[in-house]
Amino acid sequence: MADKITVGHVHMSGCTGCLVSLADNYEGLLTILDKYADLVYCLTLADVRHIPKMDVALVEGSVCINDECSMEEILETRENAAIVVALGGCACYGNTTRFCRGGQQNQPQHEGFLPIGDLIKVDVYIPGCAPTPQQIRNVCLMAFLLLKGNDEQKALATAYLTPLMSLAAAGTEACGCDLMTEVINQGLCCGCGSCAAACPVRAVTIQYGKPQVERDLCIKCGACYAQCPRSFFSFEVCGQYEAITNLIGEVMKP
Amino acid sequence: MEYLGQYKAVYKAKSGCEDILAKAQDGGIVTSMFAYALETGIIDGAIVAGPGSEPYKPEPMIATTVEELFAARGTKYSVSPNLALIKEATRSYGLDKIGIVGTPCQIQAVRKAQLYPIGMRDVPDKIALALGIFCMENFPYQGLFQMVEDHCATKIDNVTKMDIGKGKFSVYTERGVNSQIPLKVTHKYEQPGCHVCLDYVANMADISTGSVGTPDGWSTVFVRSAAGEAAFNKAVEAGWIIAESMDGVKPGLELVEKLATEKITKNQKYLEHRLHKEHPALKPLRNPYI
Repeated sequence: MADKITVGHVHMSGCTGCLVSLADNYEGLLTILDKYADLVYCLTLADVRHIPKMDVALVEGSVCINDECSMEEILETRENAAIVVALGGCACYGNTTRFCRGGQQNQPQHEGFLPIGDLIKVDVYIPGCAPTPQQIRNVCLMAFLLLKGNDEQKALATAYLTPLMSLAAAGTEACGCDLMTEVINQGLCCGCGSCAAACPVRAVTIQYGKPQVERDLCIKCGACYAQCPRSFFSFEVCGQYEAITNLIGEVMKP
Repeated sequence: MEYLGQYKAVYKAKSGCEDILAKAQDGGIVTSMFAYALETGIIDGAIVAGPGSEPYKPEPMIATTVEELFAARGTKYSVSPNLALIKEATRSYGLDKIGIVGTPCQIQAVRKAQLYPIGMRDVPDKIALALGIFCMENFPYQGLFQMVEDHCATKIDNVTKMDIGKGKFSVYTERGVNSQIPLKVTHKYEQPGCHVCLDYVANMADISTGSVGTPDGWSTVFVRSAAGEAAFNKAVEAGWIIAESMDGVKPGLELVEKLATEKITKNQKYLEHRLHKEHPALKPLRNPYI
C-alpha cells in the first residue's frame, strides 16, 4: 500500500452535519484513516489551530463575507490545499445560508454568505444536505487512487471524479428549479423519480411522470439535479458498477 | 454484440407458475423472479409498477408479499417513477435487500445512485436485485390515453391488456384484440427524454428481460451480473423459471440486436443533432453524457 494522502476538514459557516456524515462511515472512517488518509486539520476532531498544507481540503459551509477570519481562512485553504472539495450544499451552492438576512445572535451583522466557489476556485463538488457518508467515502477513496494509485487506478479515479469536477465548473447556484430548467426544459427527463428520492426535504413529488417541486420547501442543496441520471451520466463509470462496487467493498475492509 | 451489453448467458424463458403466466405480459419473468426472491429471502421487498388512480396509469409500489406483487403484473406503457421509492424502501419499509424493476434509463439511475449516492444515504448497498426490461420508448400517461381512446377508439376502462410488438400497438378488451394501430402513429406521443437514450436491453441490470426475440408466451432473458446469475440459476433449479437455450430460436438474438442497433444509432444521431453544429446561429442543447 502506497503512503497515505493528507486530508483536512475546513469548517466555514456550516452546521457540522457534513462532518457528522463523514463520521457516519463509522468503522469505515477508521479504515480510511488507517489506510488511506491522515486527517491533518479538523477543528472538531484534531488539535490543529492553523490550516496546514494538505492534499485534499473538504470545506464545509458557506463563507460569511462580513467576517474577516472566514475570508482569510478560505483563501488560506485554497493556497494550502492541492484539491479543494466543496463538501455539502452550503459550500457548493449556499444551501439554506442563501436565505440568511442577518439578525442572528451573537453576530447580527453577519448577513452575507457565499458558496466557496464565488470566492475561490473549487475542484470538486459533493452536493446534498447532508452529503451522504457513502458519497464522501467514495470521493476520499478516489482522491487517494488519483494521487497514489497506479495508472489504471488513476484513470478510474479521473473518470469517477470528472462529473463532480464538472459540477464545480458549472456554477454556484442550485435549486429544485434546475429539474425544470436543466432537465425538462432541455427535453431530457425520463421520469425515473431519482430526484424525488434524493430530496432531503421531500420538496419533489412526481406528477404524471415528471418532477413537481414545492419551491417553498426547497433548501437549494443541489441533490436532486446532481442525482438525476440526465444531469450527468458516465457510461465508463456506471458500466463498471459491479467492479467498482466490489473494489470499494474490498478496500474498505479493516 | 456491443449493443446488447455484457452478459454471462442468454435464455428463452418463461415462468414455471401457471397463475403467473395467466396474467403475464410475456413470459412472466419479472413477477416470477421477484416472487422467488421474496420467498427465499434474496430480497425483502420489490419496487414495482403497481396500479394507479387511473386505469393503466402505473404508480410505484413496494411489494413485500407475493400477493402484492401479483397486483403489479403486466406492462403499463407509461412512466412509473420507481426510483422515487428507492430511499423510502430503506426507511419507512426498513428494507435491507431491495428488488427493483425498471426501464434501461431507470436501471442506469439505480447504478448512478449506487456509485454517486448524492442524495441516497445508505441506499447503495441495499440494492439486491435490479431487473431491467427492454424498452424502445415510453409514453406519458396523457399520450397513452390519447393513443387508446382516440386512435384505438377504446375506453381505457375496458382495456384488459396492451401490447407493443411486430410494429403495432395493440389494445385488448375481454373480447380479444380490439384495436391495432401502426407504431408509426404512436411516435409523436413518446416521452421526449426517450430520444437521448442509448440503451435498449438494460445493459446495467442484474437480469434483463423482454418479449423481443422469443415466441409468444416466452421472454428473452439476459443474465448479466454475479448477483443476477446466482438468483436466476436458483429460480430455474426451484422450478419458478423454465429456461431453454436461445440456439435456433426464431426470431432470436438477431432481432434483438437489430432493434437495439436501430434505437441506439437513431438516438446517437439525435444527440448529435442537439449540438446544432449545422446552424452557426443556434446554441447547443445540453448533453447528459460525460
